[in-house]
Amino acid sequence: MIVDTAAPTAPAPEIERVDIPGLAERLDRTWKTPKTLYGALASVDHKTIGKRYMVTAFIFLMLAGLQAAAMRAQLARPENALISPEAYDQLFSMHGTTMIFWYASPILSGFSNYLVPLMIGSRDMAFPRLNAFSYWTFLLSGLLIYSSLLAGVAPHGGWFAYVPYTNAQYSPGLNMDFYALALLFLTVSTTAGAINFIVSIFKMRCPGMSVSRMPLFMWSTLTTSVAIVFAMPALSAALIFLELDRRYGTHFYDPVRGGAPLLWQHLFWVFGHPWVYIVILPATGMASMIIPTFCRRPIVGHTYVALATVSTGIFGFGVWAHHMFATGMPALSTTFFSAASMGVSIPSGMQIFAWLATIWAARRHVLATPMLFMLGFICLFVIGGVSGVMTASVPFDLQATDSYFIVAHLHYVLVGINLFPVIAAFYYWLPKMTGRMLSERLGKWNFWTLFIGVNLTFFPMHIVGLRGMPRRVYTYPAGMGWDGLNALETIGAFITAIGVLLFVINVIKSLRGGALAGPNPWGASSLEWMVSSPPPEYNFVTIPTVISREPLWDAHDERTGPAGEIDDTPPDAARAPMRSFGAHAQVQTPQEVSDRSSTAELRPWRVLDDGKETLETTLLDADPQAILRLPEDTIWPLILSLALMGAFVAALFKAPVWAAIAGAITLISIAGWLWPKPGTYPAPRLRA
Amino acid sequence: MSTSAYVERSDLSTRARLRHGSLSDTLSGSRAPGWWGMVWLCATEGMLFACFLAAYFFLRGSVESFSAEGGKYVPLTRPLIMTAVLLTSSVTTWWGEKGIKAGNVTRLKIGFALTFVLGVAFLLIQATEYAHRDTSWTTSAYDSLFVTITGFHGVHVAVGLLMNLFVQVRAWLGHFDGERHEAVSNSALYWHFVDAVWLTLLASLYLSPRLW
Amino acid sequence: MLPQLRAIYDTGPSMFATAGPEAQSLATLGWAMIAVGTIVFLVVMALLLVPLWRRRHVLSEEGPPELVNERAWVLYGGAAIPGLILAGIFVLTLGTMRASLSAGPAPLTIEVIGHQWWWEVRYPEQAIRTADEIHLPVGRPVKVILRSADVIHSFWVPNLAGKTDVIPGTTNSMWLQADNAGTYRGQCAEYCGMQHAHMALSVVAEAPGQFARWVADQRSVAHPPADSATLTGERVFLSSPCVFCHQVRGTPAGGQIGPDLTHFGSRLTIASGALPNTRGNLAGWIENPDRIKPGTKMPAIPLDGPQLLAVVAYIESLK
Repeated sequence: MIVDTAAPTAPAPEIERVDIPGLAERLDRTWKTPKTLYGALASVDHKTIGKRYMVTAFIFLMLAGLQAAAMRAQLARPENALISPEAYDQLFSMHGTTMIFWYASPILSGFSNYLVPLMIGSRDMAFPRLNAFSYWTFLLSGLLIYSSLLAGVAPHGGWFAYVPYTNAQYSPGLNMDFYALALLFLTVSTTAGAINFIVSIFKMRCPGMSVSRMPLFMWSTLTTSVAIVFAMPALSAALIFLELDRRYGTHFYDPVRGGAPLLWQHLFWVFGHPWVYIVILPATGMASMIIPTFCRRPIVGHTYVALATVSTGIFGFGVWAHHMFATGMPALSTTFFSAASMGVSIPSGMQIFAWLATIWAARRHVLATPMLFMLGFICLFVIGGVSGVMTASVPFDLQATDSYFIVAHLHYVLVGINLFPVIAAFYYWLPKMTGRMLSERLGKWNFWTLFIGVNLTFFPMHIVGLRGMPRRVYTYPAGMGWDGLNALETIGAFITAIGVLLFVINVIKSLRGGALAGPNPWGASSLEWMVSSPPPEYNFVTIPTVISREPLWDAHDERTGPAGEIDDTPPDAARAPMRSFGAHAQVQTPQEVSDRSSTAELRPWRVLDDGKETLETTLLDADPQAILRLPEDTIWPLILSLALMGAFVAALFKAPVWAAIAGAITLISIAGWLWPKPGTYPAPRLRA
Repeated sequence: MSTSAYVERSDLSTRARLRHGSLSDTLSGSRAPGWWGMVWLCATEGMLFACFLAAYFFLRGSVESFSAEGGKYVPLTRPLIMTAVLLTSSVTTWWGEKGIKAGNVTRLKIGFALTFVLGVAFLLIQATEYAHRDTSWTTSAYDSLFVTITGFHGVHVAVGLLMNLFVQVRAWLGHFDGERHEAVSNSALYWHFVDAVWLTLLASLYLSPRLW
Repeated sequence: MLPQLRAIYDTGPSMFATAGPEAQSLATLGWAMIAVGTIVFLVVMALLLVPLWRRRHVLSEEGPPELVNERAWVLYGGAAIPGLILAGIFVLTLGTMRASLSAGPAPLTIEVIGHQWWWEVRYPEQAIRTADEIHLPVGRPVKVILRSADVIHSFWVPNLAGKTDVIPGTTNSMWLQADNAGTYRGQCAEYCGMQHAHMALSVVAEAPGQFARWVADQRSVAHPPADSATLTGERVFLSSPCVFCHQVRGTPAGGQIGPDLTHFGSRLTIASGALPNTRGNLAGWIENPDRIKPGTKMPAIPLDGPQLLAVVAYIESLK
């Protein structure tokens, strides 16, 4: 009777086809979020939240980009007096902080939010309300830190905020309090989001999607999320100490009273270096999804890439002190961290060679815009990797660190391995989200502008760095060998800005009237391309079952069963060509298909339409385990987030009464959130 | 519009087979996503305490004036009593949770009520410990760390007590039975975690100075 | 023609314009890694672009995808070969580290103390206290003791050696050795606040005889004013608030907060490398320090025109 856990050798269950009238309409009614203000504020739909994440993070990217443009204008020529040093310090601090915390990670959370449930064949995340809470908290923490810029007291200690410069004695204003409290607020969002991804990927994968069949983007999201869970607390601890030192007279970082400034650096980089991998690993996962599609073949070395992803995440925790080679550490420690930092590039090498092999052995090269960005990404990745290995060499690093060489390196890494894959991902997945394609012509312009602009901006920085130009200077003397290259960098920065602008124009044009995408415009293999574009609110009419790593490229139809019948999708042109790109579909006769499918892989379909339901499966094998009832839309996450915001603002202005009020509202909203819906307890047993 | 689906052939009604076949819809323990969420919350909180303790050992190992203080003996009477209290409270929690697993709501109520009393006792003893310290957290980095770490743990105990109350109220409202008690399991898991954290604090802040 | 400030230095502050053994070995390591890195980059780009070009017209979507030797690509190409290259780089790294660690016993020790935003320089054995300028005898290793008076700074003279951070509560040290005589530019490399950009110093490497003469000059107290203009200047200076922060040995001015001015006239730059040391620049600096270094801790002292000129004449006379 229990077919779900049948071993491969067990007799296949007998399967019959039944018709369910009005199923899609019923699901529509159950899952629909009303198009009202309340609906917008209360929505817990992962797709809505994912889109909000992406739009918000992209706005932060553009704000931080404007700050960068202002800095490049100031640095265009020596002894320039365009921007005051005070403003410059705030600009570079906000630029770094925004890019690292409010763009690079949240944009990936946005994609993961949108894509994880679709890729694993689920109807939503494991904790939809927590998901909404993560977004609101991300948004509100961003507003909190940006309010400081409007008030002219933005953080000015760099994104790394080294003590003692950032303690109350040397930075007496509210600047660094905004930094510490807004970041602390953000860690709540990031951690909650990470836990949500982990549990979703662990427990919500559709039947058949065993660990070995998980798409690589799931591996990278999972690795990243686990890394967040273990890395974030180091930042939280550092920030708590900083704020207590600044406001309440403690001495964590005070060398006079037994503290140490280096404590901050250790805590910060124990968080900071894993964070680098946190903001690039999901992007490499995107590459592992996109490149195979445009090479029309499965990725080479799937297992190796998954292992490389996980090991990067783990070893990323063992290299933090390479940010501190110049602090006078013992030679033995620097040697260890040097070796570890070189070693951590090996898994990245494996990933790159897996992509190279995929391109080498492609069945066809489709040089559409997402693929162009992927080629650019590999190029920038290699340059950033090479300069990374150079800085892992201790003696060389003593020259390179805190010079423009590092600025070049980190931007090749972050632009190359975050921004380029993200733009590629927009070209690739935006049609899924909006139902409309982006312009290929504009896309090619977009790619070349951005590629040339980025290289023109950041490559010369290697050279000025080696020529002795330090970082974080608001001006520099003439004649040191830096003048011409700095001018070139500024030109490059403005070309980069045009590139980003072209992308925005392309998106707007596409939203206004891009070509219709259909379910699978690229002929891709993963489950999100099975459903319409944009997907219905409930994602899947029936929970799919997969039997391979490339479910849409094998001949097994996830929606309707082994015979490959498609009965509720219009046989539109968009779906047909993608089948022909499939690795197997073309070469199998219907007879072969049914032979192949009539194994124990076959499972009954789940039609879960009694309220908002989805399937829970086992951790490793993804065998069906239970039916999960997902929560309705609710306003509690927003209220909780606002209450927390209130508590942080009260802490900022040292207002204990307001803090207590906000704390009370926080507790009330948690209770309100967790309280079961009236009448559901004891819940009616669902078993027939 | 009609959708087709493939279901296993069996004696059950079509409706039942479509819904879940052999699947259950009751969740508790490690089957519930909420339990997994709590495991990862404990993981990240555990890492936070690990960072706190790492800061303690880093300063003790690298700053002379810190190790002079951080290495000195801390009175052990109160912390040992607190340890006993907290360990007992974990046992009562476990006993209550085991009760509800067998469908015994009364045992759950009693077990969690005992836990609540013991938790409050722990916090009260901790308050007297603070009151007996002749230094404040602004005295030195050691005092800052000691108060921050133990205070943060105290806050966790308080949060655990709020969860405990929440479960108690719901138990009285009849929300739990032998198969549905996700909130009980999660609350108990958190309580055991807070207990485990205390043991590491005891070993690091109170006992380790006596060892080296 | 070089800009004035640049003209002070014999070379730009490039890590490849080496003037000492330490910088030389770092530059060699740097070139080696740049060469290896370039080869790696070119090979990967070839692997990326060749198939795009080679297979452009022959590819077909019919038939199953080509079988690939996964192990050869991913394990050998992506892990083993890079691993060997990295091992080679690591060996080079260790060799360079070993070379720089064995600097030998040093007869000369100097202390450099980072301040927001200037460098205090002490020669404890010679009892010299100066600022923003280090003199070294050529060919002799020098131990530099690094301390901070406030926040974290980083001591960096690219022509001579890599950086070492200057951290409050910690005493770091490093070795410097210049083999070529000349004047080199150093700069703070750790962000330390608003005027981090203007926290440079000059390193003058000179022949041992010249160095000995410099030491003798610096040890002496300030030369007394020789003419009426400098005498007036001294009087104005000593009666102004300048003395609360600045010391001029041999006079009652004994402030310890700012740079020692006893031999200011002999220095190359003003305001930690912000300007060449000329009368005009000095007048501009004293008149309104905040215009040249916004945020500087040095206040503007209200002096009328003649007073300002007199003070400038006096300070410039302190050779």
